[in-house]
Amino acid sequence: MVKLGVFIQRELRLLARQKADWLNPVLFFIIVLCLFPLGVGPEPNLLRLMAPGIVWIAALLSVLLAAERLFKDDYRNGVIEQLVAARQPLLSFVLAKLVTNWLSTGLPLVLLSPLVALLLNLETPAFVALLLTLLLGTPLLSLLSVLGAALTVSADKGGILLALLILPLYIPLLIFASAAMEAATMALPYHGQLAIMLAMLLFALALVPLAVLSALKLNVS
Amino acid sequence: MMHFQSFSEFLAMGGYGFFVWLSFGATYTLLLALVVYSHFQQRQCLKQLADKLAREQRIKQYQESSS
Amino acid sequence: MFKWLHPLAKPETVYHLCGRLYPWLMLLAVTLLLLGNIWGLAFTPPDYQQGDSYRIIHIHVPSAIMSMGTYSAMAIAAFIALVWQVKVAQWSVLAIAPIGAVYTAIALITGMAWGKPMWGTWWVWDARLTSELILLFLYLGVIALSGAFSDRQTGAKASSLLAVVGVINLPIIHFSVEWWNTLHQGASITKFAKPSIDPSMLWPLLISILAFKVLMLALLCLRLRTAILQHEQHRPWVKALAGAV
Repeated sequence: MVKLGVFIQRELRLLARQKADWLNPVLFFIIVLCLFPLGVGPEPNLLRLMAPGIVWIAALLSVLLAAERLFKDDYRNGVIEQLVAARQPLLSFVLAKLVTNWLSTGLPLVLLSPLVALLLNLETPAFVALLLTLLLGTPLLSLLSVLGAALTVSADKGGILLALLILPLYIPLLIFASAAMEAATMALPYHGQLAIMLAMLLFALALVPLAVLSALKLNVS
Repeated sequence: MMHFQSFSEFLAMGGYGFFVWLSFGATYTLLLALVVYSHFQQRQCLKQLADKLAREQRIKQYQESSS
Repeated sequence: MFKWLHPLAKPETVYHLCGRLYPWLMLLAVTLLLLGNIWGLAFTPPDYQQGDSYRIIHIHVPSAIMSMGTYSAMAIAAFIALVWQVKVAQWSVLAIAPIGAVYTAIALITGMAWGKPMWGTWWVWDARLTSELILLFLYLGVIALSGAFSDRQTGAKASSLLAVVGVINLPIIHFSVEWWNTLHQGASITKFAKPSIDPSMLWPLLISILAFKVLMLALLCLRLRTAILQHEQHRPWVKALAGAV
């Protein structure tokens, strides 16, 4: 586990050098959010009604966008192959990827949520719910997208394939997150939804790293 | 005991003919397509293997005759 | 038991076993399917509520049941493939996924054709329909992943892993869709009462379910043979086989 810090440092340094990797998905998120009002009309009530769905679909797509390049460079450079061959603790590499992926794609979405609330005319309770669901949901998004990226590392046509693999797995998250926000706009309690999201997050946290490990291993052998 | 009185009545399915025959038609088309496609794949695979084998043998013969 | 199962891990044995089983299974499947469907179409009384449209049940219910049964079969094969690294199990995952996808598509199409006269629309976001649609996406994901690699063996392994991930997620997806459904719409449609089925209608239905099951096995035999040939191209026994054609 000593290596975890080293790997995280390396990932952060890489992210600092390749700013497009994390800036583009964030920009994409904002642009999608701006497109929705243009598409369905600027009616504030309508926007408020559709906000949960819009925000979460935009978040899913932007995380997906970032996921595609997650392991590509390390695979092409032979880093993953070296790690597997050298019997290095691959787990800390995977965990570092997870942490930095969340820091670079999940955290910006959380930080942007006030802006989202402004754009979509959200009131304070809905905004708080948005913030909470994003805090709980984006780590789960990162986990699943890391899994998808690991499965398709050595695939010839990654991009659209990744969407096909991962989007069905996002569905429970989408349902519960938007349900929580909907409940918040109607001033109903939404602890239940948050608890289920937390449960899904912990469950995924326990199992996904193992699946990512074996996915990476089978891709280099 | 046959339920329907006549063949045209059988086809009409009590007014639901379109839906019943649509679903049965779609089902049998899809299943038949899958069976035919699987057979086609199997035959294609064997043929490709045979072609590959013949090519390898030709190359071997050529190398032997030229050396 | 293990001694008895052990030869089944050898591709050559499986190839010949499947070849011997396939004609009989196919014959049985076609017979059962025709028997069940003709019985169900022509020789049963109509439902007192739904009239003759209920006859779609004889393909809708078997395909829906088997779409899930096929997924669990695929997941079991995938689990064996991952844990014990049995190659035949990996190839079974590839062979079985298209069968499941076709069954799921059939269940969806027949469900829609049944829904139009009963509910008035082709599609409702009913929990069962939605789950079935997501199941189709999961199947398509497995199929797409298996074909995406230049190295066939990697594709087979990755698909196995995805199938296992999918089967862990399936209950979560199903539960959340059901929950979402009850939240969003009244129980008007989902609660359409399931009357206790008359024995005269039950028998053809059971035969059709069995027919879909046997057909799945038959197609698995056929497709597994192809998968074995594709993956074992360089083995002497495959070469001997191909040379004899």
